[in-house]
Amino acid sequence: MEEGLRGGVCPQLLDLMPNKRDWIVKDDGRGGEMKASQVEVESLELRLGLPATEEEKDPSVLSLSLFYKSSKTTTTTTNNKNHHCAGSKRGFFGTFESRTEGPQQQKTSGANLKDELHQSQERKAAHEVPENASAANMNSQTRAASVPLVGWPPIRTFRKNLATGSSKLPPEPQSGDLQSKVKLENCKKGLFVKINMEGIPIGRKIDLSTYNSYEKLSLAVEEHFRDLLAAQKDPSTAETMKDEEKQVFTGLLDGTGEYSLIYEDNEGDRMLVGDVPWDMFVSTAKRLRVIRSTDLSVIRVQEQYPGKEQQQSVELY
Amino acid sequence: MTEDCDGEEKDEETRRWSPGQGSSSRGGGSGAAASSPLKTRCVRGRVDQAPPFSGQVLENVLENVLQFLACRRDRNAASLVCRSWYRAEARTRLELFIGNCYAVSPARALGRFRCARALVLKGRPRFADFNLVPVGWGARFSPWVAAMAAAYPWLERVCLKRMTVSDADLALLARSFSSFRDLTLICCDGFGTPGLAAVAELCRNLRVLDLIDNDVEDEDEEVVDWISRFPETATRLESLSFECVNCPVNFAALEALVARSPSLRRLRVNQHVSVGQLRCLMVRTPQLTHLGTGSFETVPAADGAAELDVAELESSFVASKSLVCLSGFRMVAPEYLPAIYPVCTGLVSLNLSYAVTTAEQLKPVVLQCHNLQTFWVLDTVGDEGLRAVAKTCKHLRELRVFPFEATEDSESAVSDAGLMAISEGCQKLRSILYFCQRMTNAAVVTMSKNCQELVVFRLCIMGRHRPDHITGEPMDEGFGAIVMNCKKLTRLAVSGLLTDKVFEYIAKHGKLVRTLSVAFAGNSDLSLRYVLEGCHKLQKLEIRDSPFGDAGLLSGIHHYYNMRFLWMNSCKLSLRGCKEVAQRLPRLVVEVFGDHNKDLDSDAVEKLYLYRSLVGPRDDVPSFVKIL
Repeated sequence: MEEGLRGGVCPQLLDLMPNKRDWIVKDDGRGGEMKASQVEVESLELRLGLPATEEEKDPSVLSLSLFYKSSKTTTTTTNNKNHHCAGSKRGFFGTFESRTEGPQQQKTSGANLKDELHQSQERKAAHEVPENASAANMNSQTRAASVPLVGWPPIRTFRKNLATGSSKLPPEPQSGDLQSKVKLENCKKGLFVKINMEGIPIGRKIDLSTYNSYEKLSLAVEEHFRDLLAAQKDPSTAETMKDEEKQVFTGLLDGTGEYSLIYEDNEGDRMLVGDVPWDMFVSTAKRLRVIRSTDLSVIRVQEQYPGKEQQQSVELY
Repeated sequence: MTEDCDGEEKDEETRRWSPGQGSSSRGGGSGAAASSPLKTRCVRGRVDQAPPFSGQVLENVLENVLQFLACRRDRNAASLVCRSWYRAEARTRLELFIGNCYAVSPARALGRFRCARALVLKGRPRFADFNLVPVGWGARFSPWVAAMAAAYPWLERVCLKRMTVSDADLALLARSFSSFRDLTLICCDGFGTPGLAAVAELCRNLRVLDLIDNDVEDEDEEVVDWISRFPETATRLESLSFECVNCPVNFAALEALVARSPSLRRLRVNQHVSVGQLRCLMVRTPQLTHLGTGSFETVPAADGAAELDVAELESSFVASKSLVCLSGFRMVAPEYLPAIYPVCTGLVSLNLSYAVTTAEQLKPVVLQCHNLQTFWVLDTVGDEGLRAVAKTCKHLRELRVFPFEATEDSESAVSDAGLMAISEGCQKLRSILYFCQRMTNAAVVTMSKNCQELVVFRLCIMGRHRPDHITGEPMDEGFGAIVMNCKKLTRLAVSGLLTDKVFEYIAKHGKLVRTLSVAFAGNSDLSLRYVLEGCHKLQKLEIRDSPFGDAGLLSGIHHYYNMRFLWMNSCKLSLRGCKEVAQRLPRLVVEVFGDHNKDLDSDAVEKLYLYRSLVGPRDDVPSFVKIL
């Protein structure tokens, strides 16, 4: 469920996505030379769909515009400037390897961003940065101006849920009913939930707010556990098993694959992921698990007969 | 508080390596001694002239003397004098510190130091805390505990940081060492309540069980009531910290445990303990010095009791006259905060970094904390809150300001103004970690001039590439002033818009810097070259998302043997460069790993982790890691 851009800023970017062409220059200021003038750069920022609720200084706008300004004054070689372009691209689209594609000083920054966008679409990051790293998609979910970067700012995950977990949130713009407000809260801040995979003792935490659909989540789950699974199965041939592994993880959501994704909600019930609308899922899911599809029915039985033994003796061998 | 105590390590290795020396003169994190023939001159001469008996006497005397030597840097130096000293030192070293668990093998470390009673072991690189190291990378405690079970039956203390510890490991630990007393786990993972239960039940002499910032597995159907497993008799517990254990504990058992632990001085409970329950605990332990308060909130109707009155809570704090360190406040209800007033003047350390408080709520607390030396807080208190701190806490040594909303575009209520205020008020400051969105060079320069005692300076401007928000300049001058003026600086983390210039400053003036963290900074390989050539004491270098390539990497060849590790991710490295480093430095382990979905024939390296090692490539390498 993707909403339109907040603030109703230009639709150009939405056009960009399906066409996969150059930036569609519909405005004069867009796609032009990199200019230091604030207005031009600001208009560039807005065209990227950053949902500035006020017209003036969205901090990210500020950063990019000033960045361009200073990149002209501080660098000495074309290559360095190129990298600034790449760096600024990463500033929006997550940590991808900077590949300077030749002297780009004269190329439009828009075109550079487009290339990066393609790269981001074609690649799947090995970590939590979603591949739909376009402004359009991310704006539909978050007020954040940039795609959530892995590990930045450098805060440990248990500190990150502060904003979501706390009941003393600073006042938010009230609009709509409780559900949309909850959605807003969950979308604005990181929503880290634990995910465990059967057979792997160590769980991981993933940020649900970085995904906006079940497909992306499924993909990310696959990323997280594919390596571990390979390592556990057969380390020596893990390299050659890539294709097979991909198949292992398909059908995560519909019960057809070898593994299934289930979640536990705030009432403790276990459910198959994919039944409820995405937003409802995000707001109620407390943790996730990847289990073998054959165990699905077993879990249902366990829920009917909750005779869990808490007093286990410590028999660890 | 020991959260992330990297900055407090005082005795780092200063051993110098160079590729030119003979292979026998290299050592890992534990500081192996050189055994080149030159060094044994003295003892050989002496032994030849005197009767053999006196050589033995000398060694005994030496041992008696060396056992008083505690600092590991001194011990490393002593072990280099000659073979006799090497042996004597090895026999008398009681605490084994291994900064990188892969620098040396258990067999080798335990083989050399046969009498150690304590082990401090660190595993993953620090960036693992931020999800940059894939799960399953390594740093398992299993081989260590297995080796120690055989070699160190008298083991007393273990402290692990960023290791993977399984429940089985904990059970083996608990069973194998009858005198075991102290277990501290920091930022570890892989274990859950069953492991804790084993420790509680089997370690009869347990004095310290500190679980700090670990990722504790809490599978619902496997949660074990570990608190009930402590022995029924009076315990010797001095410290119990379990803030990171996310599952509720059996409160009745906890209360009973606390009641039968007369030596208990440090108690830090998790957020499932309500303020009413906390009060019960405090009644039992009026002699506490360190308290982690749990949620500091009433759970409605869960206690079955009426909501706790602030006055009642305050009376508990009145009774706790020995409190010097307060933490917790995980869900603090602001109306309960005044309950801590009675202890404020005695507080040396206060951690409010989970408490969402405003400046107005903070001020009455902080204005009484005249003796505060360590203060951790959320940025919700704003510059105004920090001004209050600056006004009162003249003895402040460590300040950490964490972001309430840790995203790049969040609005932070703290800025350069807060930093400026702190620098003017707290001139004894030694360590600062400051998250913000707006910063100026002027504020950083002011801090560099006012706070000459700074040893750790970590500034994180959360928006990437942000310049000085007033002048628009890069933040080079600010950080440059820090390295220039703060002569004792050993740890530095930079952020904001930074060019090569700042690294030139760091190289030129940061001669004591041992740990450097770089993110989204620099223009070219020059930066990396500056640092690697100029910072002679550099031990730990972690870099992300900066435009440094092979040329920069190769410029550090002369220095990598002197370092504990180098971490680089999302830079411009290629396999070719990393391979060259691996070839030229055979005692270095060069690991590359990262993004799987890039083209297989691509030469680019996403993540690089290299470190010196006595034992070569490790044997538990997961499939996604390639050792060159």
